[in-house]
Amino acid sequence: MTVNDLVGTLPLTVVAGQDRLAAEVTGGYVSDLLSNVMGFAAPGSVWVTMQGHQNIVAVASLAGLAAVIVAGGAVPEPETAAKAETEGIVLLTTPLSSFELVGQLYRSGVKGQ
Amino acid sequence: MLDYVLKGGDFDTAGEASSKIKRILQQIGVRSDVIRRIAISSYEAEMNVIIHAYSGVLRASIYPDRTELSVADEGPGIADIDLAMQEGYSTAPDHIREMGFGAGMGLPNMARCSDEFSINSVAGEGMKINILIRHS
Ligand SMILES: Nc1ncnc2c1ncn2[C@@H]1O[C@H](COP(=O)(O)OP(=O)(O)O)[C@@H](O)[C@H]1O
Ligand SMILES: [Mg+2]
Repeated sequence: MTVNDLVGTLPLTVVAGQDRLAAEVTGGYVSDLLSNVMGFAAPGSVWVTMQGHQNIVAVASLAGLAAVIVAGGAVPEPETAAKAETEGIVLLTTPLSSFELVGQLYRSGVKGQ
Repeated sequence: MLDYVLKGGDFDTAGEASSKIKRILQQIGVRSDVIRRIAISSYEAEMNVIIHAYSGVLRASIYPDRTELSVADEGPGIADIDLAMQEGYSTAPDHIREMGFGAGMGLPNMARCSDEFSINSVAGEGMKINILIRHS
């Protein structure tokens, strides 16, 4: 499954990284604690968070994540989108709550590890 | 050997030093799971200077068989290192926690990811962390 498959079926908006949507999704992780994501999200995961500040880009990049999904209708800061674009990180948003989104991801076949 | 200067409170460029180190390791073909451990360690060390100290230097020494990271900072240092090493222990203020930092997992993450790990601190002056990660 690719990020593009998820964008095609779930209420997700691409904010940055349009050219990286072919990335393979190997799992999912949800947390708003950056060190927790850094230490425990498996590479290739989609990461669901309410954090919209630019430090989420470095975390996603260093942890080798497939995409970051900012949930709950939160709007990522402009710097976050700009940084994601330069770092080549897929940044998505959804109006769904983290809970609802994770449920839909799971039903789509995205599992934790 | 690469040196990166870090400034306390500078969240805008946080993570850049670690990203550069990661890119170099990728270029020289280090195994991806090893790169991941090095990247986690350097990011956590870098963030600790930005969150808890005034200024510091992150040094990465990359050899064919290992990477050594050392982070020296000027700042409050740590009076009780055993306490600071406990998962969940954090003195980060609320506004930093709201950003998702201050989970108290940085030092435990570093220790878990490294083959050799040591902290030296003079409380009130600063601290130094040495990390060694083997490439195989
Ligand atoms: N560079 C540093 N200078 C001073 N104190 C530090 C430093 N790094 C860590 N500490 C202390 O150790 C605690 C635990 O660090 P860490 O495990 O990284 O968690 P966190 O950064 O989330 O608080 C910090 O809350 C702080 O009290
Ligand atoms: Mg920390």
